[in-house]
Amino acid sequence: MRISIENFTKSFGDTTVIEDMSLEIGDGEMLALLGPSGCGKSTTLFAICGIHRMNAGRLLFGDADVTEVSSQKRNVGVVFQNYALYPHMNVYENIAFPLKVRKESRAEIDRKVQEIAGLVHIGELLRRRPMQLSGGQQQRVALARALIRKPDILLLDEPLANLDAKLRLEMRSEIRRIQLATGITAVLVTHDQVEAMSMCDRIALMDKGRIVQLSTPKDMYENPSSDFVAGFLGNPPIAFLEGAAANGGFRLANSQVTLPVPSGIDMPGEGAPMRFGVRPEFFQPDNPLKVSGKVSFVETQGREELYDVTLENGAVLRSIQSQSAGFRLGEEVSWGIAQDRILAFGPDGNRL
Amino acid sequence: MMSSNFRAWPLFLLLTVLSLPLVTMYVYLFVDTVTDTTAGSLIPDRFTLQHWRFLWEAPETGRVSIWTVTLNTFVFAICTTLVNVSASVTAGYALSRLNMPFKRFFLGGILTLHAFPTITLIISIFLILQMIGLYNTLIGVILVKTALELPFGIWIMKGFFDNVPWEIEMAGLQDGASRFTVWWKLVLPQVQPGIAALAVFVFLSAWSEFILPQVLAPSGSAQVLSTYLSNLIFDDVKPDFNMFKSVGVFYALPVIVIYLIFNRQLMNIYGGGTKG
Ligand SMILES: Nc1ncnc2c1ncn2[C@@H]1O[C@H](COP(=O)(O)OP(=O)(O)O)[C@@H](O)[C@H]1O
Ligand SMILES: [Mg+2]
Repeated sequence: MRISIENFTKSFGDTTVIEDMSLEIGDGEMLALLGPSGCGKSTTLFAICGIHRMNAGRLLFGDADVTEVSSQKRNVGVVFQNYALYPHMNVYENIAFPLKVRKESRAEIDRKVQEIAGLVHIGELLRRRPMQLSGGQQQRVALARALIRKPDILLLDEPLANLDAKLRLEMRSEIRRIQLATGITAVLVTHDQVEAMSMCDRIALMDKGRIVQLSTPKDMYENPSSDFVAGFLGNPPIAFLEGAAANGGFRLANSQVTLPVPSGIDMPGEGAPMRFGVRPEFFQPDNPLKVSGKVSFVETQGREELYDVTLENGAVLRSIQSQSAGFRLGEEVSWGIAQDRILAFGPDGNRL
Repeated sequence: MMSSNFRAWPLFLLLTVLSLPLVTMYVYLFVDTVTDTTAGSLIPDRFTLQHWRFLWEAPETGRVSIWTVTLNTFVFAICTTLVNVSASVTAGYALSRLNMPFKRFFLGGILTLHAFPTITLIISIFLILQMIGLYNTLIGVILVKTALELPFGIWIMKGFFDNVPWEIEMAGLQDGASRFTVWWKLVLPQVQPGIAALAVFVFLSAWSEFILPQVLAPSGSAQVLSTYLSNLIFDDVKPDFNMFKSVGVFYALPVIVIYLIFNRQLMNIYGGGTKG
């Protein structure tokens, strides 16, 4: 089911949390609402499921305007961050609750619970209480409960935040598998860029209640619209060089070094401040556009090694290289930047 | 529990010595109800069920049977409990969760009422009951007792509701349940320890209530055990103290039984949590 949010505004008392947001989510798509904590992701999610009333704007499911429809009638499944399982009911009763409320027959309920329990792989846990389950199992139960009514839309609020690293990896692909298997339209709220990139078809990156960019994970990574987006995506993160426009090039701050700008960008006026963003994979020993500095940090990550190189003006560039490279801390190096992969940002932080 | 390097026996000894007089009193209370003692002696010398005769003998004229009085006491305590718990459970939820007008005012009012020395109201209550014809009736005392206990109950239940996660309710609504179903099926079970504790607490409080029945329903068929006991001691020309003690034991018995069964739940009310 297609979701359209039009000019959505939400405020709590005097503070406006979301202002004039518009967003369209396609049928069967899985979209990530990604952003730092407190930017209004959960607020948006709760507006979609009807827990929060919108102060202004419209919400459409398909062609139906549901702005004023109560949450009970919206047919939206929600997985809450802390799972919100009913502690006094066992797993079976938890999953069956949405059907019980609709007064479906016992046989029907039983058939559907068994079916969904099979889908999320919790068939043997049905008699247990939520307290007797691990985090990952609780997560699966919450998913099953959200899906049992065959909702048009599935909303997930930070579904992996409470799991340990290994389970997180497992549930990441599990949730995606279940979403694809059911073909349901899903919105995933997360502050973790890896989750958003690995699980979703598109990402809406939010900052302070606004959507700053909406695109596919690959496109957002390669073509960020602002330095905020560039800095939010990527691990290890991108490194920024401060400087200013000079003679059609980019002069590093506190330095005589001038770098050529990537082709095809609109240069700001002479002397205007600029930033270069360089991702670690594009700062490598064999690239042609050399800058020199001193290795100031080395971190072994197993398969790869992560280096920080401090340039003579104090700026830091990051590089990630295969294990065999073996540079030492304090070593003077002259490595190169891939010129056409430099991301140049203007004075307002927007991409040039 | 107690750590091994903490020597417990001096403490036990001290507590034993301190509580000895109390224990002695209780032992004598029980022993005296089934024995006779020659005047001047401390040691009882005859076993007798005489002092329990109020249980089976027909009451003297003008007196009410102990069984009617006991029934009254149960009706009084149970009704007070039922009304109090139902009102506390709904009002506590409203104050904890609903976005209603004058919420702060109500909360403040409840706290004030809870701290208010209710006994100062007794004369006006007496006048009101007399005016509306509920003086010397069980219903009158039940209403007054419930009203006076209610602030405490509401406050306690509000505390229990505050501890129920919001998400459980949101999930319930999302699952298609009405507000009422959510409250009844999802929220109430979470505060069930609180309900049990409050019920026991109110029941015991009503059971032992003396001032209100004494002032508002002092005589006749609306008597409860506490007033019956006091009438016994005041009315008799020739008081039978051992019988007085027997009635006292009879009166205390349900309290002891209830306390033994429910002491865990009673602890809960002071914790205000849902553990246990
Ligand atoms: N019920 C509420 N009342 C007041 N402020 C709220 C409420 N819910 C959220 N907020 C505020 O709105 C902002 C966005 O919150 P939220 O949507 O939960 O952020 P997140 O992106 O971390 O999920 C935060 O500053 C938060 O303090
Ligand atoms: Mg949130």
